[in-house]
Amino acid sequence: MHNKTLIELSKSLHNREFSSVELTQHFLDRIRQYDQTLNSFITVTEEIALAQAKAADKKLASGKAGPLTGIPLAQKDIFCTKGVRTSCASLMLDNFISPYDATVVEKINDAGMVMLGKTNMDEFAMGSSNETSYYGAVKNPWNTDHVPGGSSGGSAAAVAARLTPVATGTDTGGSIRQPAALCGITGIKPTYGTVSRYGMIAFASSLDQGGPMARSAEDAALMLNLMTGFDERDSTSIEREKEDYTRSLDNSLKGLKVGLPKEYFSEDLNADIAGVIEGAIKEIEKLGATIKEISLPNTRLSIPAYYVIAPAECSSNLSRMDGVRFGYRCKDPKDLYDLYARSRGEAFGDEVTRRILIGTYALSAGYYDAYYLKAQKIRRLISNDFKNVFNEVDVIIGPTSPTVAFRLGEKSKDNDPVSMYLADIYTISVNLAGLPGMSIPVGQVEGLPVGLQLIGNYFQEAKLLNVAHQFQQVTDWHQKSPEGF
Amino acid sequence: MSLDKKDVEAIARLARIEIKPEQIDETASQLSSILEFVEQMNTIDTSAIEPVAHPLDLTARLREDAVTEPNQRELFQSIAPAVENGLYLVPKVIE
Repeated sequence: MHNKTLIELSKSLHNREFSSVELTQHFLDRIRQYDQTLNSFITVTEEIALAQAKAADKKLASGKAGPLTGIPLAQKDIFCTKGVRTSCASLMLDNFISPYDATVVEKINDAGMVMLGKTNMDEFAMGSSNETSYYGAVKNPWNTDHVPGGSSGGSAAAVAARLTPVATGTDTGGSIRQPAALCGITGIKPTYGTVSRYGMIAFASSLDQGGPMARSAEDAALMLNLMTGFDERDSTSIEREKEDYTRSLDNSLKGLKVGLPKEYFSEDLNADIAGVIEGAIKEIEKLGATIKEISLPNTRLSIPAYYVIAPAECSSNLSRMDGVRFGYRCKDPKDLYDLYARSRGEAFGDEVTRRILIGTYALSAGYYDAYYLKAQKIRRLISNDFKNVFNEVDVIIGPTSPTVAFRLGEKSKDNDPVSMYLADIYTISVNLAGLPGMSIPVGQVEGLPVGLQLIGNYFQEAKLLNVAHQFQQVTDWHQKSPEGF
Repeated sequence: MSLDKKDVEAIARLARIEIKPEQIDETASQLSSILEFVEQMNTIDTSAIEPVAHPLDLTARLREDAVTEPNQRELFQSIAPAVENGLYLVPKVIE
């Protein structure tokens, strides 16, 4: 049951081969059996899941079910879920029972899907290894001594280990694509403004974007159909017509123009990974695409610009965590300042604290021009790089991550935050430009998955999914699952 | 830009985050290394470049100034650390 795709599960449920309750129980049992090892869930919502599954079975019996009715999924613990703890993997929100549903959660519930639980992540989505979680690190199911990537590491590990058919993620600098790559699954971050940010706890509002983490491009397309759409409750939601992301999955890649950015194949890229990526490029060429080298000359400035913009926006967004209206409050505050400073000092982890401090500094009087404004200008240059390239090519491809999954503690032990930041070198510029990006599994190095990144022009998600799906028709990397789960 | 202990204390005060005294030195060195890293931005001249305000260059949408949500004070206060008679409680601000 747990190896079936969303379409196969949908068929089986509609044909009554098994019920949603049986399917849900199967995944709950798998979570109980394996998640002690992986730690991919912060909260398992067994009661809600079984109640939703029962309701889904009724809909299925009455013929009122949609294509994904009765199929279980996991929500990243950054999406507010009414009546259920929404912790963002922080002590700050450990006691936060959300009074409302995020738009994404509402849409998924309305479609009759079943929530198995809330997945682990880096604290407030700040991290690339899932090691900053208040609830402990997540293990990579391909090798439990290694990280799953981050920040959506719990969702990635749970999908890879078949503890859920599909999960939600969010991506501010690579947080869907990098863990998808490191866990051997398929993930897509759509164009900025496509998925509503309402009820998705804000990290860096001009970069944050939700998306699905799945086992195939086809599954991701089905989920994207559900998750997208204009939402007046999100002031940056884009008003455009709904599209069917599955519409062009079967199109041929003949004549597709693919660009390889030479900056993504520099000496930073591990040689074994480069070999796997070259193999994948040959496969795409065989499918009829033409390949040409392109240049994104400002790539090296993307991480410095990001580590001004993201901390600046986070320092503003996280000011709402003040110990007054919700969340953690310190014991016996002696005055209002002490209440704020101690509640925040005690409840935020080291990485979150560092980013708030950097952002506070960058936005403080006298420094705005040198940091935030400068970074937003560099962002324009990065955006222009892509604009120029998309005059010549349809899709850009390259590696998602410069390395495979690193060991737990490898980058966090020496307290050098910058070495962790470099893990997102290929993904961050996509967020700065607001473009859609995707990662699919295309091989392995020493038993650990390698991801290929596909980047499209604005609103070209269907094109990315088409390329990914065609690749997955002639390869089976997306069907491989880690041993022991 | 290198930050010293005093800088870190001032930033932490602005950010309303208490840093334990024994962690201030390490925080100063980590923040300095991040700032040094981001200063790579200064290697290029951006004086003629328009800064980005929105990734798709869109302006914020406006709506009628009308009530759209009902009052949910009780629900929202049910998750607050301390409330009394519909008010959020904090330590005394004025003697």
